Amino acid sequence: MAEEPISRAEVEHVAELAKLSLTDEQASKFTSQLDEIITMIDGLNEVNTDDVKPTTNMADATAILREDVAVNAHQKDALINEAPETEDGFIKVPAIIDESEDA
Amino acid sequence: MTQQFDNLTELHQALVNKDLSATELTQQTLTNIHDHEDALNAYVTVNDDEALAQAKQADESGIDADNVFSGVPVAYKDNLTTKGLLTTAASKILYNFKPVYDADVVTRLRAAGAVTIGKTNLDEFAMGGSTETSYFGTVHNPWDTTKVPGGSSGGSAATVAAGDVLAALGSDTGGSIRQPAAFNGIVGLKPTYGRVSRWGLIAFASSLDQIGPMTQNVTDAAAMMNVIAGRDERDATSSSKEVPDYVAGLSGDIKGLKIGVPKEFLGDGIDEGVRDQIKTAIKKLEALGATVDEVSLPHSTHGIQAYYILGPSEASSNLQRFDGIRYGYRTPNAKNLEELYVKTRSEGFGDEVKRRIMLGTFALSAGSFDAFFMKAAKIRTLIIEDFKKVFADYDVIVGPTAPTPAFGIGAETKDPMTMYMNDMLTVPANLAGLPAVSVPAGLVDGLPVGLQVIGRPFDESRVLNTAFAFEQNTTFHELKPSMSKGGRA
Repeated sequence: MAEEPISRAEVEHVAELAKLSLTDEQASKFTSQLDEIITMIDGLNEVNTDDVKPTTNMADATAILREDVAVNAHQKDALINEAPETEDGFIKVPAIIDESEDA
Repeated sequence: MTQQFDNLTELHQALVNKDLSATELTQQTLTNIHDHEDALNAYVTVNDDEALAQAKQADESGIDADNVFSGVPVAYKDNLTTKGLLTTAASKILYNFKPVYDADVVTRLRAAGAVTIGKTNLDEFAMGGSTETSYFGTVHNPWDTTKVPGGSSGGSAATVAAGDVLAALGSDTGGSIRQPAAFNGIVGLKPTYGRVSRWGLIAFASSLDQIGPMTQNVTDAAAMMNVIAGRDERDATSSSKEVPDYVAGLSGDIKGLKIGVPKEFLGDGIDEGVRDQIKTAIKKLEALGATVDEVSLPHSTHGIQAYYILGPSEASSNLQRFDGIRYGYRTPNAKNLEELYVKTRSEGFGDEVKRRIMLGTFALSAGSFDAFFMKAAKIRTLIIEDFKKVFADYDVIVGPTAPTPAFGIGAETKDPMTMYMNDMLTVPANLAGLPAVSVPAGLVDGLPVGLQVIGRPFDESRVLNTAFAFEQNTTFHELKPSMSKGGRA
């Protein structure tokens, strides 16, 4: 990584990808903080990793298969009860398109 | 409580002898917790009514003479799910979340007779090293309430150090059990990755997270491991390896034990008082018959860098599930579905969580994936290989748990970078999946310091026995904060 580690525009783009909205003040603060953090972690590039395999999984076992048997946990009502808004046993969400735009 | 108990064995004996009932014990524990809450804020939820009901049931069915957890109050970090009992991960986004199932570790301890006394405070989603990022307020260190308790398992550490409970569970992604254990003068073990089921642990970084015991002494940590370790088919990464009797493994004999002390663990950035205390501890281990050599973990100095790429990357993925649809907080201000997601998350997450989600999203995004995520994953391999080389010749690795004793509340919250550097000695064990314990090693300026012992994968017995030998030949574990009602005052 050369140039500046992360710009304010990039921070705003990343926030959008992460489904976060930032206030002006937050965007400024996060830009300088992330800049500093990314500069720190960029020190990894001092290390030669040619021919090194990445480690992304720590489990000592490969996948273990279980019997493919369906079970009913009988938890539908309890799970639905946790939803912020429900109707007739379904979870309710707002329309995908802004309803106020129909008017 | 008029009676005071130093360990689970004494407490259990008193319950078996009916010197006190489980109900009396739980009542007294609740009183102590409430007495300390104004000063400590160690709990998100104190489980008053249900705990008393569980204790009453333990009295009615009789204390199990073969089981040290029978009728004994245990506290759980609030990122472990408890059926029907509020579980928040110290986040606004889960402020009202009541899980429909118990975490595997909770199920096991409940089956062993433990009473669920409450849910302890933590850094939001376990992201932090000071328990200052909790939506439910900062936790204070019982040794000095102007200091942080460490984190993220700060609530569990504080309530054990204050003498409220003898045993609590924490979780450790980059040091979140060991560092608060060190800051509070207690014992904290991060087991090998896969030794304890993560089923019901609210995920932070799934390749790093492990649940482990936080106790006043090594024997109690071993007793807790005997209950919580083992295969659980609901966690595909949990190991089928046989679980040894960790208590039986505590011989206290370390004659001939080969100890490596990484020079990187006693170098720059380590407080002088801490370094002196740890050097004295190492001399003690030598006096007990161990051989000690300086070794090197050359890539461990890059551990923090790799950790702050891999941890946030996994977190950004894991925390996508919090969207306001199925449980937890939902914004009241959304006109459409997209707004519901964005506003729920923006209003529900605190700054540190947002920072890590964004850091992870950045590291995984097109254009950054190879330079950051894959680079860090390769450094992780080099760190693992460093450990393998040392463990070819040495039985355990020893050093400090944290570079400093507990720091002041508010001292590091403004600067995330300073906060992150506190994890430099603990993240290598997470990156390599190794078992590591912190055991009390004395005081610096009146604040506790922890000695860290790291072992080979699944060698918890040797790690604990090393800590046990040290504990039994020192008096550091007998030091208690003046707030504590337990112990030898």
